Amino acid sequence: MSEDPRVCSECGAAEAVVHLTQIVDDVASVLHLCEKCAASRGVNQPSPPAHSPLTDFLSQMTGPEEGAESGDEDRTCTFCDLTFAGFRENGRLGCPHCYTTFDFYLKNLLRRIHGGVQHVGKVYLPPDPTVSEREQRLEGLRRKLRYAISTEDFERAAQLRDQIRSLEPVTR
Amino acid sequence: MDHLSTIFDRGLGWLDASGPDSDIVLSTRVRLARNLQGYAFGPQSRVNDRRAVLARVRRTAEKVDLLAEASVHPLSELDRGTRRILLERRLISQDLLGEKSDTELPLRAAAVVLSARDPVSVMVNEEDHLRLQVLVSGLALEGAWGMVDGLDEDLGRELPYAYDHELGYLTSCPTNVGTGLRASVLIHLPGLVLTKEIGRVLQGLSQVGLTFRGLYGEGSEVVGNFFQVSNQTTLGKTEEDLVDHLDRIVRQVIEYERRARRVLIRDAYQVTEDKIWRAYGLLRYARSLTFEEMMNLLSGVRLGAALKLLPGLRVYSLNKIMIFTQSAHLEDAAGRKLPPGERDAHRATYVRRILATEGVVIPDTEPPESSSGSGRDP
Ligand SMILES: [Zn+2]
Ligand SMILES: [Zn+2]
Repeated sequence: MSEDPRVCSECGAAEAVVHLTQIVDDVASVLHLCEKCAASRGVNQPSPPAHSPLTDFLSQMTGPEEGAESGDEDRTCTFCDLTFAGFRENGRLGCPHCYTTFDFYLKNLLRRIHGGVQHVGKVYLPPDPTVSEREQRLEGLRRKLRYAISTEDFERAAQLRDQIRSLEPVTR
Repeated sequence: MDHLSTIFDRGLGWLDASGPDSDIVLSTRVRLARNLQGYAFGPQSRVNDRRAVLARVRRTAEKVDLLAEASVHPLSELDRGTRRILLERRLISQDLLGEKSDTELPLRAAAVVLSARDPVSVMVNEEDHLRLQVLVSGLALEGAWGMVDGLDEDLGRELPYAYDHELGYLTSCPTNVGTGLRASVLIHLPGLVLTKEIGRVLQGLSQVGLTFRGLYGEGSEVVGNFFQVSNQTTLGKTEEDLVDHLDRIVRQVIEYERRARRVLIRDAYQVTEDKIWRAYGLLRYARSLTFEEMMNLLSGVRLGAALKLLPGLRVYSLNKIMIFTQSAHLEDAAGRKLPPGERDAHRATYVRRILATEGVVIPDTEPPESSSGSGRDP
């Protein structure tokens, strides 16, 4: 695929007029397409909405920002040196601290992309967990256990019970 | 430099079509995006970050049961052809492979961990530090999720993940944050395309929070009526809910596809039968095939095999054709680089050989009136 955004990345011949962000094998990439190739991409059927998380995401990124204060846009992550402009440019964050540095913008963005802003999935237990990390992990495992039982996945439920037992403090 | 010989059969487990509904669903994939604390990721990662991450993964892999028979392959130690073969088998991404010269490969410290025993692999130093993935045959979301979950548990016990109690697993792209989970199913929908119902079905998918894309071949065209369906969001739902939701919707799509196939057989038997046999005939005898043409013909033949109109033809053979007729695979078999025209000839030769040797299709016996009426009689 051609990297030059001015040339069609499909036929490599014509001038690119459509710039399409897509996800191939879970990786976002930008396709630069000429008119003809863009048209032929329509799966040969009437109305496939060209939906991908990224196209939605990028179109949202160019929209107005809510809740941003003056000065926010000049912020730079102190850990990885990513600037807000740098984030806006390629849509990628550079380290865990970026999520705090740019949270004035990310909170709304995440709500628009995902519909929610609170993680309810797996609870991670780091190699040397604190007491509260242990507690949260236990909560997460119990939630998974309830799910496994509700779907009658008893093998999984047994595994989860073992995991829960190994985490529960001996003295309570 | 490692050649394909060390990885020659990696990532091909799903080809055997042993999974549920594998006549319609080719493969199921579940991947998790993870980053390590203390190192920059994505575009901000430096050489030192990436090298440190790779070193930690190397040390950890030995302790992980699911990676007991795995090997770590830095891309810089693989020759060009082998790297492209990994890409064609969907074991690595274009992003991991990179586009620039080979000299930048050691600096990127990009690597892939491949198991010789299980359908698991890990991409290292892609957009995120780690991309854990499971690739299996048919529609097997729950099993694939369970396996990648287990791998994640084992790796996470040794490696300090970037994790936040509110936002979950932190990823370079905000579209992956939370669970970091992307589950996708590669599905063949010729019935819905032929009955012109596909547009409605695809539109429905986006209304229920799923996304689809075509299977892109060499020319990045959408070909062969193959679609990848996957979850669109990663934050605010449990992994089980995401996987379960996709599973339920895909089952519905399969049901629609089976219904469309029944309609084709009932209302357009002759046209369908003719289409399938023409596709088979072309594949069986063509001397030159572009990837796109082959994929479109393969779609018809695949439909024929599923409808038992081409008896004896196994889905396994058709899956194999899909993978081994891609450029890097053809060039590896030929032992040299192939210019496009020659590549198409090699592709056609491969297809002919497989169709001639595996599950020979015997053309149906002629109707009595035509077999007795012509030929032998003087
Ligand atoms: Zn073009
Ligand atoms: Zn940062």
